[in-house]
Amino acid sequence: MRVAIRELVRRPGRFSVVGGALVVLVLLLLFLGGLLDGLYLNSTGAVRALDADAVVFSDDARRSFLRSEISPDLAETVASVEGVERVGGLGFALLGVRIPGEEDVADGAVVGYELGSSELPEPPAPGETYADRQLAEDGAAVGDELLVGPAQVSLTIVGFVDDTNYLQQAGLWVEPGTWRRVLAENRPDALVADGAFQSLVVRIDGADAAEVRDRIDEATGGTDTLSDDGAIGAIPGISEQNATFTAVIGVTVVVAGLVVALFFALLTLERLGLYAVLKAFGGSSRTLVLGVIVQAVVVAVTAFVMGGALTVGLLQVVPGEIPLQLEPSRAVSTLVSVTIAAVVGGLVSLRRIVRIDPASAIGTGV
Amino acid sequence: MSEPALQLDEVRKIYRSGEDVVVALDHASLSVARDELVALVGPSGSGKTTLLSIAGALLEPTEGRVVVSGTDLTGLSSKQRTSFRGQEIGFVFQAVNLVPFLTARENLLVVAEMNGTLDGDTKVRADRLLDELGLGERSGNQPGALSGGERQRVAIGRALMNEPRLVLFDEPTSSLDTQLGEQVMELIRGNVKERGVGGIMVTHDARMTHHADRTIEIVDGRLDVPA
Repeated sequence: MRVAIRELVRRPGRFSVVGGALVVLVLLLLFLGGLLDGLYLNSTGAVRALDADAVVFSDDARRSFLRSEISPDLAETVASVEGVERVGGLGFALLGVRIPGEEDVADGAVVGYELGSSELPEPPAPGETYADRQLAEDGAAVGDELLVGPAQVSLTIVGFVDDTNYLQQAGLWVEPGTWRRVLAENRPDALVADGAFQSLVVRIDGADAAEVRDRIDEATGGTDTLSDDGAIGAIPGISEQNATFTAVIGVTVVVAGLVVALFFALLTLERLGLYAVLKAFGGSSRTLVLGVIVQAVVVAVTAFVMGGALTVGLLQVVPGEIPLQLEPSRAVSTLVSVTIAAVVGGLVSLRRIVRIDPASAIGTGV
Repeated sequence: MSEPALQLDEVRKIYRSGEDVVVALDHASLSVARDELVALVGPSGSGKTTLLSIAGALLEPTEGRVVVSGTDLTGLSSKQRTSFRGQEIGFVFQAVNLVPFLTARENLLVVAEMNGTLDGDTKVRADRLLDELGLGERSGNQPGALSGGERQRVAIGRALMNEPRLVLFDEPTSSLDTQLGEQVMELIRGNVKERGVGGIMVTHDARMTHHADRTIEIVDGRLDVPA
């Protein structure tokens, strides 16, 4: 192992090609992962902020907030189901938002809600809103009067909340009456009946959540109740987006493994004579393979550090409209996957190293 | 009288390739005493490499018995042979084959490292060997910064690192001029005598055989051992 480390330290140029390729692949992995996380978080923040144990849709809505409608009677039935602790209405309206002093119209998701959570205060007074901090970055401040939709319904910002966007649109959290007014004046076609909501947020009192969800659908006979994760997965495009990015990231990890495998396969060919000599002196295949693995891991970790630094630099220059978000968990998963790819790639040389005959060190000028 | 460094009894090595059968070594018997240097000469393809490989526990004979320093190698597993080589046999290869990115001292220590015996004692031994081989001042140099003769001396030091009973030299002077070749041969002979190890030296260089105690010819796998 010492020999392997010394080679890395004294002949770093030898590993520059594979190291350079891995730096680029790490940059790509972190960039893709950052995009996926940015898209995911910015699409799902509103649902994650609800702290819901269950989300109730009408069963003809195909799990879409915008198509769903829950009547007050249905809400009462849900509230009476055993295990249900609290029920609150929820409704969305996706509209343009004018920020005072800003020329561009921002994208907003006006959310009418009844239940506060660890992320959300209890609903504000009529005509007021808790705005997602993204709008602060777009130039809004507490006390600003936002004009929502073509009808320019006025909402006054009374505070900011974090990570509450829906489908890349900044969350604007309002009490139900305000949400209804926004819909009535801007999107009368989407307006739900008086007292109705698009869906319900349910908190469960410690009972088995899956059983309670089943009981809700059984009791109402007209709802489709999902878990928190289920409701997130039902947001349009989320599943497809996750699957697509995960596939691209997976292929990139495989490419990283192939790059390492090819490099060390070539390096092993170059070292056949040296390995034969070391085996003649009592070196085992295990020791030699371990050396290759150590080198592959060191190259991978170094490439991760350099690729990570480049990604952090890239984050500073990427335009704000690209939803790039580098999460610590993404960095860890990238490090782990690249390291595993490097180990597996290094192991490709195992067979060749095991088959090296130490007798070949004699009688040749290798 | 102490047991010989190497004893070959009726050793045969046969290679088969489809229908073809090649007898690389044919009933070879040879005894090499401790502190004896034997030169092995013969044309290409005569079986020199095969004999050296079998004596060095790198290759198993088809028939016959190989005893190195009292240990019968017959029936040893591949792992046992690897371990035995690491402890009892030293090699000096034709192309020297030092590890290019290690210093002279580290090239000696690599033997101990491969055998898992690297400790303070082996480091002291490496320093002493380098001093004895006249390389004390060059111990921190990598092979690229050493002359051909110095590299060959490092290779000899590496072969002696594990305190072997038998050292096998494969064309040790092939890449050296006459003067350097003579120096290296004197060094080899001196170390064989001084340390009481048996040595077999394969060579094409007739000018160097006078350094050996005996010269044995091998032709078509048969040894011509003088009575």
